[in-house]
Amino acid sequence: MGSRGFLWFLIIDIMSKKNWPLWEIFVRSKNGLEHRHFGSLHATDAEMAMENARDVYTRRNEGVSIWVVESKHITASNPENNGELFEPAQDKVYRHPTFYTLPDEIKHM
Amino acid sequence: MSEENIKNLEEIFEARIARDEKIEPKDWMPEKYRKTHIRQMSQHAHSEIIGMLPEGNWITRAPSLRRKVALLAKVQDEAGHGLYLYSACETLGISRDELYDQLHSGKAKYSSIFNYPTVSWADMGAVGWLVDGAAIINQVPLCNTSFGPYARAMVRVCKEESFHQRQGFEIMLSLCRGSKEQKAMAQDALNRWWWPSLMMLGPVDAESVHTEQSMKWKLKRKTNDELRQQFIDQTVPQADLLGITVPDPDLKWNEETGHYDFGEIDWDEFWQVVKGHGPCNKERLSARVNAWDEGKWVRDAAMAHAEKKELNKLKEVV
Ligand SMILES: [Fe+2]
Ligand SMILES: [Fe+2]
Ligand SMILES: [Fe+2]
Repeated sequence: MGSRGFLWFLIIDIMSKKNWPLWEIFVRSKNGLEHRHFGSLHATDAEMAMENARDVYTRRNEGVSIWVVESKHITASNPENNGELFEPAQDKVYRHPTFYTLPDEIKHM
Repeated sequence: MSEENIKNLEEIFEARIARDEKIEPKDWMPEKYRKTHIRQMSQHAHSEIIGMLPEGNWITRAPSLRRKVALLAKVQDEAGHGLYLYSACETLGISRDELYDQLHSGKAKYSSIFNYPTVSWADMGAVGWLVDGAAIINQVPLCNTSFGPYARAMVRVCKEESFHQRQGFEIMLSLCRGSKEQKAMAQDALNRWWWPSLMMLGPVDAESVHTEQSMKWKLKRKTNDELRQQFIDQTVPQADLLGITVPDPDLKWNEETGHYDFGEIDWDEFWQVVKGHGPCNKERLSARVNAWDEGKWVRDAAMAHAEKKELNKLKEVV
């Protein structure tokens, strides 16, 4: 697609959505902690999502930093694939320190 | 999927819930589970935002700045509660627009309590004390419900509700310690809000259709009658403390059961209001529909503005 065509593709994509898109909100409750998913909300753009997130999710000092991500940009794993994704880790006990037997006299290990 | 397959999946699903595992939006779930949750969560969300109307009515007339900021903050919280619940509901694959449609067309229900009018300032006290009080009793068990997004939303909601009830009780307390007229206002508010608050906890167990299934899915932990008894037992001593009288001649402490006995609830009134014939059903719904319709140009303009900004950014890139 040429750059013109690409632009028109984007214009049509933008024009065709009539409802305010959905955004996922992540809040860091204090420095030293990770951003955690707090919920979602609808907003026209990132700026408005940020303002609304402040009003909706941090009315009582719940946060010091906010991330907003348009929901459509999140790819989630499918629980149906949980077997192939997560089961292989289950029999890899040797990845845990308790797998290794050491004499009781050994300290600090 | 074959019928037998589905039956197997359902058994695994029910066992997960019985083990206290949470269900997340993308997990397989029976259609009935999805539908029941959409219905209950959206009804709850609708109740939160319709619930803003009776109290919004008094914001401009609050008797002091202290009362005004508290009431404003409470009403804003209710908007927030609606939003937490709508977004939790949307994770089940229904859009916000569809949910609003169901409310605006009258297809969806919201809590009947909000179809009663708030005629005096004392009603702000009674609503916070009794209505938020009954809501808390209903909601606390939901913090442990099986559907993850609902449970998480309820944790946040419950944290915020306690201020609602306390500010309401404080209003009642000031009125009851005030002039004779002020105390009479408080008594009048209690007279009008007591019975509807008891109805808020739902029909009697014998007539409650969803109880068994809801218990299994942890949408309910106690029956309506148990919750109602709990509400009465904890609220009557609070009324005593205020020095006002619960409008029930049959209300009596029962030494044997360790609970209050109480009089017959007028369930005809309850069903009338549920069916749309309460004092304010029409007013509430039309206020909501008008706000939505009249706000349309604002929503459209905001969207157009965002699109224009986005396009300008793109043009710079291309
Ligand atoms: Fe609420
Ligand atoms: Fe509520
Ligand atoms: Fe509340």
